[in-house]
Amino acid sequence: MSAAIKWYWFASPQTFFPLAGTLARWSGALAALLAAAGLYVGFFVAPTDAQQGEAYRIIFIHVPAAWMSMFLYVVMAFWAAIGLAFNTRLSAMMASAIAPTGALFTFLALWTGSLWGRPTWGAYWVWDARLTSELILLFLYLGFMALQAAIDEPRRADRAGAVLAIVGVVNVPIIYYSVQWWNTLHQGASVSLTRAPSMASTMLTGMLLMALAFWAYSIATTLARVRCIIKERE
Amino acid sequence: MLDAARTIVTRDLLLALRRPSDVGTALLFFVIVASLFPLGIGAEPNLLRLVAPGVIWVAALLSSMLSLARLFAADHADGTLEQLLLGASPLGVVASAKVLAHWLVSGLPLVVIAPVIALQYDLPQSLYGTLALSLLLGTPALSLIGAIGAALTLGLRGGGVLLSLLVLPLYVPVLIMGAGSVDMVAAGLSPQGQLQLLAALLVVAAAFAPWAIAAALRISTE
Repeated sequence: MSAAIKWYWFASPQTFFPLAGTLARWSGALAALLAAAGLYVGFFVAPTDAQQGEAYRIIFIHVPAAWMSMFLYVVMAFWAAIGLAFNTRLSAMMASAIAPTGALFTFLALWTGSLWGRPTWGAYWVWDARLTSELILLFLYLGFMALQAAIDEPRRADRAGAVLAIVGVVNVPIIYYSVQWWNTLHQGASVSLTRAPSMASTMLTGMLLMALAFWAYSIATTLARVRCIIKERE
Repeated sequence: MLDAARTIVTRDLLLALRRPSDVGTALLFFVIVASLFPLGIGAEPNLLRLVAPGVIWVAALLSSMLSLARLFAADHADGTLEQLLLGASPLGVVASAKVLAHWLVSGLPLVVIAPVIALQYDLPQSLYGTLALSLLLGTPALSLIGAIGAALTLGLRGGGVLLSLLVLPLYVPVLIMGAGSVDMVAAGLSPQGQLQLLAALLVVAAAFAPWAIAAALRISTE
C-alpha cells in the first residue's frame, strides 16, 4: 500500500524534481567512477586481441553505446505510451528527456563503429545489416526530436511525439529483420560483426563496466534534462 | 459506417477530378525522377537494367510521400476535418477512407505508369508483372504509414520536410521487399516470399495505421 502511495507521490513533477536532482548527482558520480574503471580495464588490463590488434579496444565504447541506443528507444516509447494512456505529465517529459541521450549513443555507436571498421574491414562504412538498421534508428530519434521541436504547444508536442515513438517501436524489429534479409539477399556478407566467441574475461569485465557507466550516464543526463523541462513548464 | 466511408471516398475522388493538376504533378514527379537517374549514372543498358527496380521503387516512394502533405491539409484549412472528427462515424473509418482515396489518386497511377518507366530502363518484360504487383501491394502500405506522419505534422511550420524525416525511415521495409521482389525475378528466382511479406506489411498497416492516424488527427486538431 505504502509503495503504491509513493509511486503516485513521485509521479507529480513538483515532488519528483528534488528526487531527480539527488538521483542525477549520484548517478553522475557513479558514471564517472565506472567509466574510469572500465576505461582502465579496457586500455591497460585487457590483453591485445590476436587478430585485430589494438584496434579492437574501441568495442569498450562501441558495444555498450549500441546496447544503450536500442534500449533507450524502447524506454522512450514506454514512457511515451504511459504518458499517452494515463495522461501523466511526467511520463511525457521523461520521453522527451531520453531522446537526445538515445540519439547521442546511436551516433556514438555509428561513429566508433566506422572508426573500428576502417582498420579491420578496410572501409569506414559497409552496408551491413546492423549498421544500416542502427542508421535508421538514428533517423527515428532525430524524427522524434524534430517533431517535438516543431510543435510549440508542449501538450501537443508530447502526445504527437508519443504516437510517433509507439509507431517507431513497432517498426524497429520489422526494419531490423527486413534490412538483415535485404543484406543477405544482395550478397553474402563479406564481413561479419560477430567476434570470436572466446573472449578474455578481462575484456568482458571492461565492457560490462562501460555498459554500467553508460547506464548511469543515461540516468544522470535524463534526470538532469527532465529537471530543466519541469522548470521550463511548471 | 460504410456509407460514410463511401461518401468520403467519392467526395475526395471528385475533388481530385476537379483539380487534375494536383494528381498530375505527383505523377510527373515520378516520371522526372526516374528519368534523371540515367542522366546521372550514365546510359549503360546493363547498369540501368540492374538499378531499375530500385530506382522505380524509390521514385514511387518519394512521389507518394510528396502527395501526402495534401492528404489532410485542405480539410484542415476549411474546417471539414473538424466536422469529420465531430461526426458520428468512427474516426478510424474516416481515416481509412481518406487514405483509400489518396491511394486511388496518387498510388494507383504509379502502378499503371511504372511499366512505361521499366521500358525506358530496358527491363525484361518478364519482370513487368512482378513490378506492377509489388507496387500494387506496396503503395497502399506507403499511403497508410505516410498518413500517420501527415496527421502528426498537420498545420506545423516546415511540415513538408518534417514529414519526410518522420516517414522515410518507416518506409524502409516496404522499399526493401518491393524492390527485392523484382530483383528476385531478375535473378531467376521466385518472388513469392517478398510479395507475401509485402502483403503481410499491407495487412498489418491496414489493421493498425487507422488507429494511429485517428489518434494523431485528434492530437493535431485539439
